Amino acid sequence: MSIRELRLSTTPTQDALNDLRLGDIVYLDGLMYTAREGVYMRALEDKANIPLELPSQSAANFHCSPAARINEDGTFDMGAVTATASFRFAKWLPEWMAKTGAKLIVGKGGMTSKDYKEYFVPNGAIYLSTVGYGTGALLGRGVENVEAVHWNEELGIAQAMWVLKCNRMGPFIVASDMNGDCLFERENAKIAKNVARVYEGTKPATLKRYGESDDRTDEVI
Amino acid sequence: MIPINLIQSTAETLMDKAAIEIPQDYLDGLQEASRTEDGDLSSFVLKAMLENYEAAKEDRRAMCGDTGVPRWFVKMGNEASVEGGMIALEAALRRATASATNGVPLRPNRVHPLWRTDHNNNVGIGAPEIEYGFEPEGAWIDLITVHKGGLFGSDYRMLFPSDGVQGIKRFYLDSLMAFGKRGLACQPAIIGIGLGGSKDICVNLGKRASTLRIVGSQNSDPEIAKMEAEFKELGNSIGMGAMGFVGKNMVIDCNIEVGYCHTGGMPMSVHAFCLSSRRAVARIHADGRVEHRTDPDWFTPYQRRETIDWEPVREAAE
Repeated sequence: MSIRELRLSTTPTQDALNDLRLGDIVYLDGLMYTAREGVYMRALEDKANIPLELPSQSAANFHCSPAARINEDGTFDMGAVTATASFRFAKWLPEWMAKTGAKLIVGKGGMTSKDYKEYFVPNGAIYLSTVGYGTGALLGRGVENVEAVHWNEELGIAQAMWVLKCNRMGPFIVASDMNGDCLFERENAKIAKNVARVYEGTKPATLKRYGESDDRTDEVI
Repeated sequence: MIPINLIQSTAETLMDKAAIEIPQDYLDGLQEASRTEDGDLSSFVLKAMLENYEAAKEDRRAMCGDTGVPRWFVKMGNEASVEGGMIALEAALRRATASATNGVPLRPNRVHPLWRTDHNNNVGIGAPEIEYGFEPEGAWIDLITVHKGGLFGSDYRMLFPSDGVQGIKRFYLDSLMAFGKRGLACQPAIIGIGLGGSKDICVNLGKRASTLRIVGSQNSDPEIAKMEAEFKELGNSIGMGAMGFVGKNMVIDCNIEVGYCHTGGMPMSVHAFCLSSRRAVARIHADGRVEHRTDPDWFTPYQRRETIDWEPVREAAE
């Protein structure tokens, strides 16, 4: 199977999103903002006004905190950029999407197909995963400019809302589609058939642990 | 007497190198993995990572946006002495950590666990960790920084002698299965396994096995070295590659370290040192010479000693 590579706007048309297939490689152009737990809590729980026009300025939410510096004169130096694991933000995402019109959720490791079917597809949104993880230096190269950093004082550098101007920023992998299918679950299913073979000869530990799953084909997220 | 300003400036250089330059042993391992990988997506991922290491070096920017939690391992020859003593040394390492966080820049990852206070410099209560080791001879000091990333991929379990090697294998597989899916462990990784010790030491042994031993190294116990090779192969036979995609490269190397434990137990820990296996080492000699390297060379015969006394004379006579 050959891998398809595409460029995509951070304010994409629905047609462009419909066209994406699991496993496509995508490079982004336009504004993208970082938002993780700090931003979600401030915007959704504390009801602070979001300091950007969403989704007209950007429909791309990056689960990221950059390795970056805010200089004394107020300018920014952006080093490397990589994503953080997204499944932890499922609690806030439905409300966030409804409020901001986000169409691209960009992060690490994806969400479940249940998440995709429940609120990604109805909102016309898809999930893009970073590659590796961390092609931090390559992604850093794709940041043409840091346009603004919001809520740094309230949340700190790691949790602040960074607004990045992307120029062919990537690579990212399309990890969900408009059917609500999940790339990672598709891969898990292929690997699951090896589980019995690799575990052959082993037996459960003498001392058990309380746990949420004992099925090796399950996920822990 | 080793000057304190030389310790701080060397430490700053090490912070920079660790964040930006992938160690050669890991790079060799990943290039080999890239040659053998035939899963289309996992193969794409490995090629992108190899490009990424080049971009990091060219631009002098951190290889990964999550620059991990910087920590220090300090090893000293028995005759080494530091200007200002160990308090000055710890201050120098904390200063270097803070200044490199702003300088490289690194992500200020370290926060208070409850109040989430972030000093924006990777320094705080117990951070960076500084651990010590000693060697019988020499007036040098080795500074080793490790920027290990990842909230996933590590686990601990109390096993028992009746669990045997099959039990060890199972828990090893469990860790790879749980954290390999979706690539949460950021594999292919250097997997470190700690066996024995008390609980805290067991976890520490596994961490050191993954971060302080290089790809291609072997445990000095030939039977353990055999297990390392077997476990590497087992991990790579799962059929899972980078990011949890179908593939054959999950484990770049598997390192096992042991410590004596309670007679009734067999505690085990597993750690994964990720695609950004960041470590940098320098030896500072008493005369001010500084030698940089990437092999911590932590697990010397002295560190693995079993006897009451260390008897260099007897060792030399053998």
